[in-house]
Amino acid sequence: MPLLAVLLTVVLAGSVFLAIGLGSAVIAPADTARYLWASVTGGVLPAEDATRYQIIWQIRTPRVLLAAVVGAGLAAVGVAIQALVRNALADPFILGVSSGGSAGAVAVSLFGALPVLGMHAVSAGAFAGALLATVLVYTIARTNSGVTPLRLVLTGVALSFGFQALMSVLIYFAPSGEATSMVLFWTMGSFGAATWGSLPVVSVIAVAGILVLYGFSRPLDVLGLGDESAVSMGVDAAGTRRGLFAVTAVMTGAMVAVSGTIGFVGLVIPHITRMLVGATHGRVLRIAPLLGAILMVWVDLLARTLVAPRELPLGVLTALIGVPVFIVLMRKRRYVFGGTS
Amino acid sequence: MTELRLEDLSVRIGDRRIVRELSIEARSGEVIGLIGPNGSGKSTALRCVYRALTPSEGVVRVDGDDVTRLSARAAAKRVAALTQDGTADLDFTVAELVALGRAPHRRGNRPLTEAERELCRDAMGRTDVLHLAERGVLGLSGGERQRVMLARALVQQPDILVLDEPTNHLDLRHQLALLSQLRTANLTIVVVLHDLNLAAAACDRLGLLSEGRLVAVGTPPEVLTAERIARVYGVDVVVTEHPLTGDPQILFTLDAPARALATPKLEGHPGC
Repeated sequence: MPLLAVLLTVVLAGSVFLAIGLGSAVIAPADTARYLWASVTGGVLPAEDATRYQIIWQIRTPRVLLAAVVGAGLAAVGVAIQALVRNALADPFILGVSSGGSAGAVAVSLFGALPVLGMHAVSAGAFAGALLATVLVYTIARTNSGVTPLRLVLTGVALSFGFQALMSVLIYFAPSGEATSMVLFWTMGSFGAATWGSLPVVSVIAVAGILVLYGFSRPLDVLGLGDESAVSMGVDAAGTRRGLFAVTAVMTGAMVAVSGTIGFVGLVIPHITRMLVGATHGRVLRIAPLLGAILMVWVDLLARTLVAPRELPLGVLTALIGVPVFIVLMRKRRYVFGGTS
Repeated sequence: MTELRLEDLSVRIGDRRIVRELSIEARSGEVIGLIGPNGSGKSTALRCVYRALTPSEGVVRVDGDDVTRLSARAAAKRVAALTQDGTADLDFTVAELVALGRAPHRRGNRPLTEAERELCRDAMGRTDVLHLAERGVLGLSGGERQRVMLARALVQQPDILVLDEPTNHLDLRHQLALLSQLRTANLTIVVVLHDLNLAAAACDRLGLLSEGRLVAVGTPPEVLTAERIARVYGVDVVVTEHPLTGDPQILFTLDAPARALATPKLEGHPGC
């Protein structure tokens, strides 16, 4: 499958380049290339280009790169989570990460906590909320005989409602009107807040996380045969699940912190990838991040151009694009997940 | 060749004792059958062998080594298991799934060597699934899937193979094929079986469990007596000899009312 991976990498690079040039102010590819080149090499540009250069380099480039990183990360986390909880309907937010992160962000911004972190305080709050939610879910779902996938999913769903209620209460008593728009940002997802400052941390975490998950491809395959079989095949099912949950929680938390909850990518891209390349994680985890990144870049482009100058919520567009693609693929190929065929 | 010993094995789950002071051994190359009514602790004992459970007391020894002290990987190189949960959620192809049996031998994502691929093809041939190699496992019949799982266990290249009701879902032909493969696999084998006639035909020795205790162990004719089956299963049967092989055959009628289960009394370990 390396051919497909190479092809998708080229498509991704092209998409990123196009998306940087396109927007409410369309900038010609030649100019886009010139500005990017000048930024990377430290070249000099004439003064009349200053505004457009600002748009390209300060606004769009970090935003498009963030979209690519988050798309890739969500797709990889989705693949791993579906294998870990053995549930086709699982997505990166199943363990309460999104509502925990949103509640954390809202709480921090309303109460002005963590002032030492300055502009990153809200992101840090979201990250902390997301991790706290995961730890809570995991602790509650635990029994003497370990953690069963179904208990995890049920606990995650239940706690999500709890966190949503908490967030509603915070907003209800909020002193500022800002809170509502903020909640919208966190529940629908947006790359509008992307800056060069926020990009490095999430990029490092997402890329490192994807590599770790890729390194665990074979154990993920083996876990798909059931915990008992996995143990008999030399994979410590409980330990592997615990470790990989930690990895996905940190990844998801970091992504929620900068872009809110972007639904659908982490649910559907894993399935689409499996339809294309089969179930083996060594292949799925090579292709899914690329597909997720490409989809996210285009979705973000549409979100900021379709009804410019307003922005559409990303969740609306991921569903609009993802659902038809998914249905077509599912009807065309015999695709099964789980015992029901 | 390798021998397997269960020494004074007890398993408590909550305050229930599922297995009580079970001692049995499988000598090198021997096929041992574990039989007994539902809930008698057969599968639980087996789970201790492939490390899905840690015994509350006692040890499982593979050639003298306590399996709980081995790493998961090291244990999996010596003991393979065909479990009852051995279905897949993900639609691997048959060839991919069989190749997963090499997991304990491969680090990271390194691809299989040519020799390993040959090993996989060989195992698929032996379990009669080579023609299904490129099919998705979720589209197979229960019997086909079971044979795929057996091939996967074989490519693990274990010394000991344990199987939990491997003939479930198999038709008669494939039941016999699977059990005769076990007999020629040249491995030390412990197999949990419900069908007493199959157990008598396939196993060198049988261990009969009742309420977590081993109540009899020995050759099939030694263990499978009408009197003992009546006591352990609460069913009146006639035991005859197979006209060709001499193995004991259990005959029963639906009319014979199942008798009330006598509380199993402790008895020694005949034949032990």
